Amino acid sequence: MSLTTSSLTTSPLATSPSTTSPAAPAPAPLVTPVVLAGRRRSPVLDFCRRFARNPAALVGLVLVLALVAVALAAPYYYPRDPLRIVGRPELWPFTNPRFPLGTDSLGRDIAAVVAHGARTTLMIGLFASLTATLIGVGVGATAAYFGGWVDEVLMRVTELFQTVPNIIFILTVVAVLGQSIGNITIAVGVVTWTPIARMTRAEFLALRDREFVQACRAMGMGDVRIMLGEILPNALPPVIVLSSLVVASAVLFESAVSFLGLGDPNVASWGGLIGQGRTLIRSSWYICAVPGVAIMLTVLALNLVGDGLNDALNPKLRDR
Amino acid sequence: MALIDAPPLTPLPPAPALLSVSDLEVTLFTRAGQLKAVDRLSLEVAAGETLAIVGESGCGKSISALALMRLLPEPPAKITGGSVRLAGRDLTRLSEGEMQRVRGKDLAMIFQDPMSALNPVLTVGRQIVEVIARHDPASHRAMQARALELMRKVRIPDAERRFNDYPHQLSGGMNQRIVIAMAIACQPKVLVADEPTTALDVTIQAQILDLMKELQAETGMGLIIITHDLGVVAETADRVLVMYAGRKVEDGTVDAVFDRPLHPYTRGLMGATPSATLQPHGRLAEIPGSVPALADLPAGCAFNNRCPIAFARCFAERPGLTMPAPARSVACFAVEQEGVRHGDPVGA
Amino acid sequence: MRRILLRRFAQIIPLILGVIVLNFALIQMSPGSFLDVMTAEQQVSDPAMIERMRVLYGMDKPVIIQLLKYIWSVLTLDFGYSYRQNETVLAVIMQALPATVILMLASIAIALLVGVLAGVVAAVKVNTLWDNLISVGAVFFFAAPTFWLGIMLMIVFSVRLGWLPVGGMRDIGVDHGVIGIALDVMRHLALPALSLGLFYAAMYTRVMRASMLEVFRHDFVRTARAKGLSGAQVVVRHVFRNALLPVVTLLGLQLGTVLGGSVVIETVFSWPDIGSLMLDSVMSRNYPVVLGVLVLSSLIVAVANALVDIAYFRLDPRIRAR
Repeated sequence: MSLTTSSLTTSPLATSPSTTSPAAPAPAPLVTPVVLAGRRRSPVLDFCRRFARNPAALVGLVLVLALVAVALAAPYYYPRDPLRIVGRPELWPFTNPRFPLGTDSLGRDIAAVVAHGARTTLMIGLFASLTATLIGVGVGATAAYFGGWVDEVLMRVTELFQTVPNIIFILTVVAVLGQSIGNITIAVGVVTWTPIARMTRAEFLALRDREFVQACRAMGMGDVRIMLGEILPNALPPVIVLSSLVVASAVLFESAVSFLGLGDPNVASWGGLIGQGRTLIRSSWYICAVPGVAIMLTVLALNLVGDGLNDALNPKLRDR
Repeated sequence: MALIDAPPLTPLPPAPALLSVSDLEVTLFTRAGQLKAVDRLSLEVAAGETLAIVGESGCGKSISALALMRLLPEPPAKITGGSVRLAGRDLTRLSEGEMQRVRGKDLAMIFQDPMSALNPVLTVGRQIVEVIARHDPASHRAMQARALELMRKVRIPDAERRFNDYPHQLSGGMNQRIVIAMAIACQPKVLVADEPTTALDVTIQAQILDLMKELQAETGMGLIIITHDLGVVAETADRVLVMYAGRKVEDGTVDAVFDRPLHPYTRGLMGATPSATLQPHGRLAEIPGSVPALADLPAGCAFNNRCPIAFARCFAERPGLTMPAPARSVACFAVEQEGVRHGDPVGA
Repeated sequence: MRRILLRRFAQIIPLILGVIVLNFALIQMSPGSFLDVMTAEQQVSDPAMIERMRVLYGMDKPVIIQLLKYIWSVLTLDFGYSYRQNETVLAVIMQALPATVILMLASIAIALLVGVLAGVVAAVKVNTLWDNLISVGAVFFFAAPTFWLGIMLMIVFSVRLGWLPVGGMRDIGVDHGVIGIALDVMRHLALPALSLGLFYAAMYTRVMRASMLEVFRHDFVRTARAKGLSGAQVVVRHVFRNALLPVVTLLGLQLGTVLGGSVVIETVFSWPDIGSLMLDSVMSRNYPVVLGVLVLSSLIVAVANALVDIAYFRLDPRIRAR
C-alpha cells in the first residue's frame, strides 16, 4: 500500500519544471508553475507522501496493520474459546509446536489468548478513543464557539477531569457500575478526552473569527451548522493526531484495568494474562513477558503512527 | 570566476588597523551544494574608527558579522578561507576555548532585536554581571557595582531599581542599552553592531546612536555598524562598505561614497538622488528586482539582472575590485570602462 | 505574592466540589440504592443505624437536598464508615496516604531527573549516536506499561540477581534507628519508583529535547555566546531554565496520571498505599472507601497542581508580571 502511494506521488515532483534553465534572467515565471503543481496535487496524496517519508511512522503502520490482521484472523485460527484449558500448564514457548508461545498457569494456549486479546485491545482502544474524541470535540467546540460563561464552565469541567486521578476514576466507575467491556471503554474515554477538548478549543478559537466563518454567520447559517460544517473540518487535523495518540493511552489503561483483575472476566486480554502470570515469575516469567511485549509493540506502533500523522498533517509544526 | 584579482590591501592605512579582515570566505553547506555566503571579503577598522556595512537583506552583512565573532550557525555555515586579525591575532585560527575568551572581551557584538536578545528569565543586572564574571571576575559586590556603573553609563535612569528587573519589564530602547552595557563591559577593542537601531522607534534610534558614538569617543574602540539605513551611515560612520550577494562591491570614506557613488548598486541604494535628499528616515531606496538567492546567482556580475547599465561583459565575467582612487574600491566593469577617474585598475 | 498564592489555592475549592458532585452522580447511576452503596452492601440490619444514615444523607428528601447533604458530609470530612476495617473511611485512607505520597514523589523525582538529563544530553548532542540511543530508549519506555516494566524489573533485580526486595515497604525486623529504616524503605522504594518514573522520564526526555532545541534557536542564546560564555555555561544558565518551562507545565498536567499509576504499580510491589486499599475496596464493593479515595486523591492532585503552578511562577518572571 505504501509502495504504490510513494511511487504515485513522486512523479509530479520529478516532472516539475524546477530543474530547467536555472540561469534564466527572470526568476518570477519560473516559480509559479512549481507552486501551481503543488496546489494541483491532491491533498490526500500529498499527505501520504509526507507520511511515507517518515520511516518510523511506516514501521508503526506496518505493526498496526499486522495487529489488525491478527485480530481479524484470531477467530479462524483459534475458533474455540481462548480461555479454555487445552494442555499441560506452564509449557515454555517454542517447546511444543502445538503451543508456539507456551501455556499459562492453568494450561491455556498463550498464542490464542494473545490473538484474541488483540481484538479486545483494539476494540477498547478504538471505541474509547472515539468516545473521548466525541466528548472532547463537543466540549472544546462548544466552549470556544460560545465563549463567555459557557467557556468558563466547560473549561472548569475539563480541569476537573484532568485532576481526578484517571486510573482511580476508571476503577471507581468499574466498581460502581460493574465489570463489563462497555463500562471500561466508556470510563477510559471519559478520562482521556481532556487534551482533545483543549486542542479543539484552541483550534476553534483560532478559526472562529476568520472571514469564512463570519461570512457564514452573515448568511444566517445556524450555529451548529457553522461549527460542524465549516469550522470542524478545518480544526480536524490536529484532533485526529491526538485521537490516534489517545488510542495508545486507552490500550495502556485497558491493560492496567485487566491486570488489576477488574477487566471483563469473560474476555481474553493481555493485561489479564500478565496479572494471572504474576504469581509465577520465579518459574515461568514468560507468561508475563509475552503479552507485555504485545502491549508494548502495540502502544509503540500507535505512537509512531501518531507522530507520523502529526508530521504529515501539520508540516508547519515540524522541527526542521 | 573573476579574472581580475582583488587588489592587495590598502597599502598604507591612515591608522594602524585594529581589526583587519582579508579574503574572508563563508560557505554554506546545503543539500543543494556549497554556496559562498561571503566571498573574499576584506575590510579594516582602526581604533576609534567607525565602518558601516550596508546592503539589502540577504547580501551577507549579518553572516559576515557572525563570522567575525565566529558565531556562525555551524552545521550549514563555515569559514572556509581568509583571516580575521584582531590586534595581530588571527581569530580564525583560535580554538573555540580561546575564542570564548576573545568574545565579549576584545570583540563584542550588539544585535538587532533587543527584546529577544536578552534572556527572559534572568534579571538584566545578572546578565551584565555575567560578562564581567566571565572575563574579569571579582567579588560579587564589586561586579555588581561595576554593572550598576555600566547601567548608569548607558543612561538607564534609576539603575539600582532596574538592576533587578527582567527584560520584559523594560522598553526596547532600555533593553538595547542593557545589551550595549553588556557589550562594553570589558572595554572591547572592536564592537560589532548588527542593525542596532532597526527594531527601535525613530527617537530612540538617535539616542542609541549618540550613546554608541559617545562610548566610542571615550574608549577609542573600533566600531562596525551593519545597517539598512543610510541615515545611520551618514550620521555615525567614517567609512562605508557596500555588500551585494556576499561580496564587497564598493567601499570608501562616507564623504566620497555619498558624494560620488560609483557602483550602480550603490547608486540604486541612494535612489540616484543626491545624498542630501534621502528617502524618509534615510531608508534604502527600492531597486527593482530582489537580491538573487545564493543558489542561483546569475553568471557574470551578480547584479547584472537588476543593473540599468549592464552590458555584454557583465553577463560573461564577474568584475573584481579596482581602485579608482586612493582608499576607494569598486567592482564594476562600467566604472572600469568609463574610467571614472582612472585610478589604477589593477590586473586588467 | 501572597494574594496570588491564596487565589491559586482558592481555585481548588470548586474543583473538589466538582469531584463530590461527580461522586454523587456515580452513586446515583449505580444499580443499588444510595443506602446500599453507602453501607457497601453489607446488609446493615440495625434499624437505628439505617435510620441514622437515612437522616444523615436525607434519603427521604429530593435529590438536590441529598446532594447538598452529601457535599456537606464530605466537606466535614465524613466519608462514611468502613465496616470492613471497622474504622471511619477517613482514618482508613489517612493510614495509606503517606506511602502513596512517598511513591508519587519518588517517581516524579526519578522522572524529572532522568528525563531532563537525558533530554539535555540528546539536545546538546543532537543527531549523534547518543541522541539516537536516548530517543529510541524514550520511545520504548513510553510504550511499556508501567506494571509490566515493574514485573520485568522485579524478575531481573529481585528474582534473578536478588539485589532488591520483591515487595512491601519495610523488611520485618529491620530496626536500626531512623536512618536504618529510611534506607530500608528506599531499598523497597527503588523498583516501584523506577518502573513508574521511567514512563514519565521517557515523556519528559522527548519534551525536554524538543524544547532545548527550540530554545537553542532563540536570539538570547547567541547573545550569551557573544558574551564569551562557554558551551556548558550557555546550556546551564541560559538554555536549560527556559527549556524547563514546558516540562513543568506537563508535570502539572500529569500529576493525576502519576497518582493513578502508583495505584497500579503498588499492586505489583505490594506497596501498602492507597492502591491496595482501593483495589481491595473495589473488589469487596466497599463503596464509601472507593469514593473517599477518589475525593482525597483528587484533593492531593489539586494541591500538588497548585504547587507546580507556583514553581512555574517562580521560574518564569513573565507570568509574575501578569
